[in-house]
Amino acid sequence: MLIFEQSRPGRAATAQSPLHSQDCADIPTSQLRTDAPSLPEVSELQAVRHYTRLSQKNFSIDTNFYPLGSCTMKYNPRACNTLAMLPGFLARHPLGPASAGQGFMACLYELQEMLKEVTGMQAVSLTPAAGAQGEFAGVAMIRAYHVARNDTARTEILVPDAAHGTNPATATMCGYTVHEIPTDKQGDVDLDALKAAVGPHTAGIMLTNPSTLGIFERRIKDIAKIVHDAGGLLYYDGANLNAILGKVRPGDMGFDVIHMNLHKTFSTPHGGGGPGAGPVGVSARLEPFLPVPMVGIDGDEYVWITEKEKPQSIGRLSAFMGNAGVLLRAYIYARMLGHEGMHRVAEYATLNANYLMAKLRDAGFDVAFPNRRATHEFIVTLKKQEKELGTSAMDFAKRLLDFGYHAPTTYFPMLVPECLLIEPSETEAKEDLDGFVAAMVRILDEARSTPEVLKEAPHTQPVRRLDDVRAARELDLTWKAPAA
Amino acid sequence: MPFIPHTEHYVREMLAAIGAKDVDALFDELPAELRARGLQAIPAALIEQDIARVMHERAARDGQPLCFIGAGAYEHHIPAAVWEIATRGEFYTAYTPYQAEASQGTLQLLYEYQTMMARLMAMDVSNASLYDGASGLAEAVLMAVRANRNAKSKRILMPSTVHPLYRKVVRSIVSNQGIELVELPYCTACGNLVPASLERYNGEDIAALVIPQPNFFGVLEEVDALTDWAHANKALVIGVVNPVAMALLKPPGQWGSPGGAQGADIVCGEGQPLGAPLSSGGPYFGFMCCRKDYVRQMPGRIVGRTVDRDGRTGYTLTLQAREQHIRRSKATSNICTNQGLLVTAATIHMAIVGGTGLQKVAQACHANTRSLVAKLIANQYVEPVFTGAYFHECVLRLRVPLKNLLRPLAAHNLLPGYALEQDYPELGDCLLVCATETKTEADLNLFADHLHKLIERQTTAGCPVKPKM
Repeated sequence: MLIFEQSRPGRAATAQSPLHSQDCADIPTSQLRTDAPSLPEVSELQAVRHYTRLSQKNFSIDTNFYPLGSCTMKYNPRACNTLAMLPGFLARHPLGPASAGQGFMACLYELQEMLKEVTGMQAVSLTPAAGAQGEFAGVAMIRAYHVARNDTARTEILVPDAAHGTNPATATMCGYTVHEIPTDKQGDVDLDALKAAVGPHTAGIMLTNPSTLGIFERRIKDIAKIVHDAGGLLYYDGANLNAILGKVRPGDMGFDVIHMNLHKTFSTPHGGGGPGAGPVGVSARLEPFLPVPMVGIDGDEYVWITEKEKPQSIGRLSAFMGNAGVLLRAYIYARMLGHEGMHRVAEYATLNANYLMAKLRDAGFDVAFPNRRATHEFIVTLKKQEKELGTSAMDFAKRLLDFGYHAPTTYFPMLVPECLLIEPSETEAKEDLDGFVAAMVRILDEARSTPEVLKEAPHTQPVRRLDDVRAARELDLTWKAPAA
Repeated sequence: MPFIPHTEHYVREMLAAIGAKDVDALFDELPAELRARGLQAIPAALIEQDIARVMHERAARDGQPLCFIGAGAYEHHIPAAVWEIATRGEFYTAYTPYQAEASQGTLQLLYEYQTMMARLMAMDVSNASLYDGASGLAEAVLMAVRANRNAKSKRILMPSTVHPLYRKVVRSIVSNQGIELVELPYCTACGNLVPASLERYNGEDIAALVIPQPNFFGVLEEVDALTDWAHANKALVIGVVNPVAMALLKPPGQWGSPGGAQGADIVCGEGQPLGAPLSSGGPYFGFMCCRKDYVRQMPGRIVGRTVDRDGRTGYTLTLQAREQHIRRSKATSNICTNQGLLVTAATIHMAIVGGTGLQKVAQACHANTRSLVAKLIANQYVEPVFTGAYFHECVLRLRVPLKNLLRPLAAHNLLPGYALEQDYPELGDCLLVCATETKTEADLNLFADHLHKLIERQTTAGCPVKPKM
């Protein structure tokens, strides 16, 4: 039942708004609303119960194993939330003076420094609000760099065909055309195709390493040389940074600009679809173009770095300091890991992924790149099951929900047919991985014996499979009260 | 090992299953010369009680000054239940509802949110959020250029009464796509855009007119006349509005003269006043609504209601063909992760406060600001700058140098408002003040008393005084 269907005229949570109405006669009538907006009229308890019950219809990390590939669904430490929500942080106005923000700014400054060290970049700006905005900042900086050198013939961004959709969409938003580079049989970027593609029109390449195929791009130094020799720059999409945190650094691989998804690698919550945070790091030659504001230090005082100090900046991407509260959570997490904990993230994420891959392979599943190490994630392809048993990756995904496991990412990357992209993360215990394998084995048995059980799945969720076609064709995006 | 559950015993078992001799062997595809070492610039790990000490000290250091700054971020009462529920693990640690059947909680909530926003704005449809108000306006500009089939140009009329930081953000985001932003001056007497001043653009090819309500000075724009002008000139209307103000003011869907092509075409703005704390500027959320004709040009996630196999009602992400994960380089935007948790809070906030409650909040904000202004201008050295009606912010000019007052007021733990000179050089010694419903009579008196005493100290010390306007 919707909250609107519980609404009754005249009911209200009266403790939550001013007691009395106020006269607003000094505002011209033509500017006023003629009636109060038609929001739900419910008691506080009704609202609390309604939204508590809705929450219980969600899978989440706190309640379920959530191996959603490329999303790094690891434990979000509760301390990060509690401490970021201390009243002193919540009450601070974004335009308050720096003198009344030294505690907050100290956290941001130290986070910038830690991210520089762990990525090997020269400078970091924390302001992008999510990965896609970090990508935008990165490609906009590449553009600003070329423009500042009067190198305006560079109109094209190279993107491997396995890339996240945000990469080509970002390149377009920055006014570039997109040229896709194919992947070779081993899952690496096709170097011959890359060599043929680069030229004086190449602004840069956007790469995720490890790639979305769950394998490390081994010839990264060669790629860097090819692109740099052509005058282009290298963009690192940090979606998969969890796989290499503390092990190899994008700066050392030759990348000129990177973004990090703090809601993945630095364990800030995903919140049902955000907020994220997508800080960007750059090599020395892109430093003048970083988005503002940033936090600097002058003597022992933290100061804001704005357009004044960085006149070549690509500018601002949000009104204030990006998702400041998310940055605080990432800071707290990073301090709890410390320098000795960073590399463990990559090590145990990789251990979990390779273990899960080995167990699934032993159980009869096909992995997409059997001759390669898994990084923090790997791909199972159900092409054989689809062909022989008629059960698709979607059927396996939906059936997993019945066993209490959130489905892996399905049908991405598009290069691998009937794929599941599985990322267990370092915070899952072996027992949970074994439970997932057992569920997959059982589903495989069902696919052979009673395939309709898969095709009809899920059976235990609040709803069964939804009619997406109808949702798009008969658009119902807001609730309207049925005629009385 | 913080947050890593592996025992030595299990590590050995797992390595045996993989067939690797140690964990390091799992990284044998990484070129040896690239291996990172040390990371010594990162401090040593802290246990929870030690980082808690650090954070408590830092939060306390920032104090909690009595704040009369608005300027795009507003202090409002947030019911305790809002964040208690929003930070439940089931909301806090879920992700984008790709698996609809296992995400009905978030999806139904988003459908309710879309309904609430559409009703508050009197618009047809809403998306499920963008990053913040400023980047939301940039997305609205890009959307208007796509949606306006009558305009061949990419010209946008942007009043200088739009938040200066929003204008900067729009420039950063749209500048690479050949969009021309034409800045419109404001009336120095009334503090808003004079509709007649648009006549010089009559008949020109304009993609959209941006209308802020209230504008950055807190002043109300003449939304009806501006909307009529835009539609008569085949330009779309982008409203950028304060959502709390819309509980009191005419909503964008009703802008324009009766009988005309009524209503804004796209509405966006900062959602922070609906349940998000100030928190140094984020996380907030951007909202966006539009006419249903334009829904396929809208960026961001959208939730639709549908049915499952048994005919039961359910909710799912819809119109995904607009989005980057399907359309790639042809998508309406690159946005992926948005501000879901803030929308969760805003939905609970609106449900609890309700329409009448939100209207009372808006009225109290207006009345408090009106009362504050009266108390402040009781002093002959403080005067209002604009004559136009305002919502909950007002521009005041001080006849003594403002810079001499800010530091002593801060020493009294009081932030008096936003100094406008940095963005509007013609508004030297002008302060944008805001008093929301959270301020008491005693707070307003405290502000007035401190200000009047400091002014008196300035004038008796013989500091230069400007003449009355």
